[in-house]
Amino acid sequence: MSDARADILAAVKAAMPGADEGKEGARQRLANHRANVIPARGRLGDKARVDLFIREAERVAATVARVSSLAGVPREVARYLARHNLPMSLKIAPDLSGNTIPWTEQTLLSVEEGAANGTEPAGVSRAFAGVAETGTLVLLSGPGNPTTLSFLPPTHVVVVAAAEIVGDYEQVWGRLRAEKSGPDSRFMPRNVNWITGPSRTADIEQSLLLGAHGPQRLHIVIVDG
Amino acid sequence: MESTARTFKKNAKQALADTRLRDALDKLSDGFPAKRRDAAARLPEFDDLRDAARDIKQHVLANLGFYLEQFEARVIEAGGAVHWCRSAAEARTTILRICKQAGAKTVTKSKSMISEEIGINDHLAAHGVEPIETDLGEYIIQLRHEPPSHIIAPAIHLTKGQIADTFRDKHRHLQADRNLEEPRTLLEEARGELRRKFIAADVGLTGANMLVAETGSIVLVTNEGNADLTYSLPKTHIALASLEKIVPTLEDATTILRVLARSATGQDMSVYTTFCTGPKRAADLDGPEDFHVVLLDNGRTKMLGSEFHDMLRCIRCGACLNHCPVYKAVGGHAYGWVYSGPMGAVLIPNLIGLDEAGHLPNASTLCGKCEEVCPVRIALPRMLRAWRKRQFEQEKTAFVSRAALKFWAALARRPWLYRLAVAAPVAVLAALGRDKGRFRWLPFGGGWTTLRDLPAPQGGTFVSRWHKENKP
Repeated sequence: MSDARADILAAVKAAMPGADEGKEGARQRLANHRANVIPARGRLGDKARVDLFIREAERVAATVARVSSLAGVPREVARYLARHNLPMSLKIAPDLSGNTIPWTEQTLLSVEEGAANGTEPAGVSRAFAGVAETGTLVLLSGPGNPTTLSFLPPTHVVVVAAAEIVGDYEQVWGRLRAEKSGPDSRFMPRNVNWITGPSRTADIEQSLLLGAHGPQRLHIVIVDG
Repeated sequence: MESTARTFKKNAKQALADTRLRDALDKLSDGFPAKRRDAAARLPEFDDLRDAARDIKQHVLANLGFYLEQFEARVIEAGGAVHWCRSAAEARTTILRICKQAGAKTVTKSKSMISEEIGINDHLAAHGVEPIETDLGEYIIQLRHEPPSHIIAPAIHLTKGQIADTFRDKHRHLQADRNLEEPRTLLEEARGELRRKFIAADVGLTGANMLVAETGSIVLVTNEGNADLTYSLPKTHIALASLEKIVPTLEDATTILRVLARSATGQDMSVYTTFCTGPKRAADLDGPEDFHVVLLDNGRTKMLGSEFHDMLRCIRCGACLNHCPVYKAVGGHAYGWVYSGPMGAVLIPNLIGLDEAGHLPNASTLCGKCEEVCPVRIALPRMLRAWRKRQFEQEKTAFVSRAALKFWAALARRPWLYRLAVAAPVAVLAALGRDKGRFRWLPFGGGWTTLRDLPAPQGGTFVSRWHKENKP
């Protein structure tokens, strides 16, 4: 059997004979990762940017609460679950573990750490950033932030710092490259998850339903301090 | 998948007679176009973003070989594998081999048009591996053994009553007299059924909306979150994508994402957009241990540099379907293969041949709406005409059409004769129809008059009136 890879690349080359001249430009493009058109919508001062993030997130059926410091997160989560009459049981991302956040102060909450297995009523994740443009959360997978927490439990709570809310997606890529790049420039974690509202479907007669496979509720806790 | 594109005319007639399909398509044409319009209106830069998206794809196609090799190198660096496949058969063999190596009994799947294109489900099932579609719409049509009727809304042709009947028929282990009247209960039932299957699956097979050359990432876009459960729970993740899905950088992917959902459903951004890079990292608590990208040609390199080159820019948003008067009249199944609407009418003959799909490029009024709404500005009407021209040149057009076209061309090339040939019947019809102002029947005009009256011409031809009314 001849080599499929060689055949395909040969066919591409035969169809686009001038491509070699553009190679340098293409190499530059990969190295410079220049932004294209960025909507002006997110270019705002700090306060207005967070306000836009909240508006956009609520527009796609997420709910938002603000707390003044990380220490306020457990109280807010307990309040949210109680208000929606949900079981007071959580699986949290190890990044949000007890060392930094006083979960034990909320005695009604039962809190476990780790990845989700499908039995938990709620998961709590830590976002890397929020994007005001569309009310989108950006989550990175890692030992401290398992991806399944975002998708298996029917309720998903995401903690994001107000200072991490930026205007547009491009700023998130910039920050990711700057903070995570090692010697080999492999800055991408296994998953970068953009989450814009709770799971939804309109596959049955185009009627919009929340909670298709992922969570039915998305609650965002913005930490101001 | 077996094609029925050859019988498009018969398919279309059946579709037109199907009143349930009518209702569904009416709903579609009320919904998506209005939502797209609103989303575009909310973003002043929308048209600039469309230009940018077009330019990105055009640049990629001009440098496709380079970007493919870059992408491959990054996937391997991240610990994944890339499998190049020339044909549907090679892709089927490759995917089955990976499944067998993983000892797979079941494979969960998130929606992928390429997987329909290569007919992977039948192939897996025939070799003892059960494929399970997890997108709600795809799950429903898989139970019914039907192909999708829309790129992004595969079960658009079904009513909730039909879906309830299907669930009752296939979910026999559930209580027979359960209530399945509301979409919500149907969703809950499907969610429950699929939950167990997600967790039990040995392999997760996804498509890819894009491949990022800079990082070796694949991009997955869903609203349900089913792609994320598909890749994050099994031990093996296979992503199946065709060559042209590649983009240079994360910034370029971002630009395309800004136009994708707005064009598709009118959302500013789909609920879940995921960039997967390699298998899980050593310390990660979840995620797949093996990551494979199956990179499929299946006719794409033949389109490169041809008059259908620009079709490779397509990002499969479905906007051209939603705005097409023909699609809205007959739906997706009439087109007879995986794709449908204007993009299907251009793409399908490229993939399965003009002999099989010759009707499709003719199933268009060339109204131009598809090009107007296309997020990457593909000149679809031009390409539909290119197919018609090829048909004419290869003498595949029916004798009557050829003769009529030749007759028309003879007139059109002689303006004086054309004017005469038009003015005479116009004068006769105007005289005959003066009383009623319309005709309920005309000789040779049955195609028009069986369904509506023909208005009688008034005041001469356009050209004669133009001359009269523009006299100084």
